[in-house]
Amino acid sequence: MLRFFHQLASPKYFYNLSGRLIPWIAVACVGFLLVGLYDGLVDAPTDYQQGDSYRIIFIHVPAAWMSLFIYMVMAGAGAIGLIWHMKLAEVMVVSCAPIGAAFTFLALVTGSIWGKPMWGTWWVWDARLTSELILLFLYLGIMALNNAVEDKRTAARATSILAIVGVVNIPIIHYSVEWWNTLHQGPTVTKFDAPSIDTQMLIPLLVMAVAFKLYFVLSLLMRARVEVLQRERNTQWVRELAEQQT
Amino acid sequence: MKTARKKRLILIGLMVTGVAAAVAFGLQAFNQNLMFFYSPSEVVAGDAPADTAFRVGGLVTNGSVARQSDGLTVQFDVTDNAEAITVQYTGILPDLFREGQGIVAHGKLRDDGMFVANEVLAKHDENYMAPEVAASLKQAHDTGVGKGMGTP
Repeated sequence: MLRFFHQLASPKYFYNLSGRLIPWIAVACVGFLLVGLYDGLVDAPTDYQQGDSYRIIFIHVPAAWMSLFIYMVMAGAGAIGLIWHMKLAEVMVVSCAPIGAAFTFLALVTGSIWGKPMWGTWWVWDARLTSELILLFLYLGIMALNNAVEDKRTAARATSILAIVGVVNIPIIHYSVEWWNTLHQGPTVTKFDAPSIDTQMLIPLLVMAVAFKLYFVLSLLMRARVEVLQRERNTQWVRELAEQQT
Repeated sequence: MKTARKKRLILIGLMVTGVAAAVAFGLQAFNQNLMFFYSPSEVVAGDAPADTAFRVGGLVTNGSVARQSDGLTVQFDVTDNAEAITVQYTGILPDLFREGQGIVAHGKLRDDGMFVANEVLAKHDENYMAPEVAASLKQAHDTGVGKGMGTP
């Protein structure tokens, strides 16, 4: 088991393994996405108050979950990179940030589009919306910091520290709707009670969540592969790989 | 684990705890300002600011919505099931505004206790239901069957 991890940490091994995994993950991702979208947009019943407008949750909620999940993955990789000086973990931190930023942006935009007809406003400065916006700025800050430092390994170290410090925002986002009065509603699915959502709506929601997770893994692996090649461009195995290609 | 790694692990642990503690104290200090709205009980108790605009949130009391003759001004009661205050609003109400539904109104408290709102937002609850389910729940509620179950 430990040997497997040591192998995985080697950039060359990771490059080869991820190359083999990517097609499978891509197929699974598209499959879940199609099922989830059909179930959610066509099969699921309308909501008793919102009618069809509620269907945006099939994008909004998984995107919001992903924005938090990716941050935890990124900070975790950052901690591993800092403690064990593992190159691959640093690559992961750098590769996670743009994907996380995209999901956060998606969650904010879809929420805003839903908010206009339902709440009556595009945006309010309540605790949930504000803390999610801060998360977007954290992601953007991490990307900017990483690009601002010339040396890649120094950049990754600085980026990891910022990522770890930003972790305090994650519980704030999650519990904001419980700690304070907010316009944003409380949790529907992730509470200790039974989820207060129709099963026919819950299933596509969870399918979409799986699809988004698979998309994240897919996109992370593809980004990490490019990053690994760039960082290792002067090593023997990358040169050999380049010769094979030409 | 090697000592150098252990040191870095402890350092990161301390960093996260330190930042978390600082943020927790900060949020604690600003707790009141982070509240998006006041409840009717707080307004009645006089906790809400008297001369500046603030938000009040709660449920629209059943049967309290009354339109004035100009067709745009609406008057309704907002309650948190303990206290209620009357809100007056001139303008277009959001889709989800209806009796029994949660709303957040932004405006000022007049001297006679009337809350004059310049903005009314609907607060959606966390329940998602098919219309048929909601209808049968309501029927069960009205006929007294299944009291204490989650009603919309």
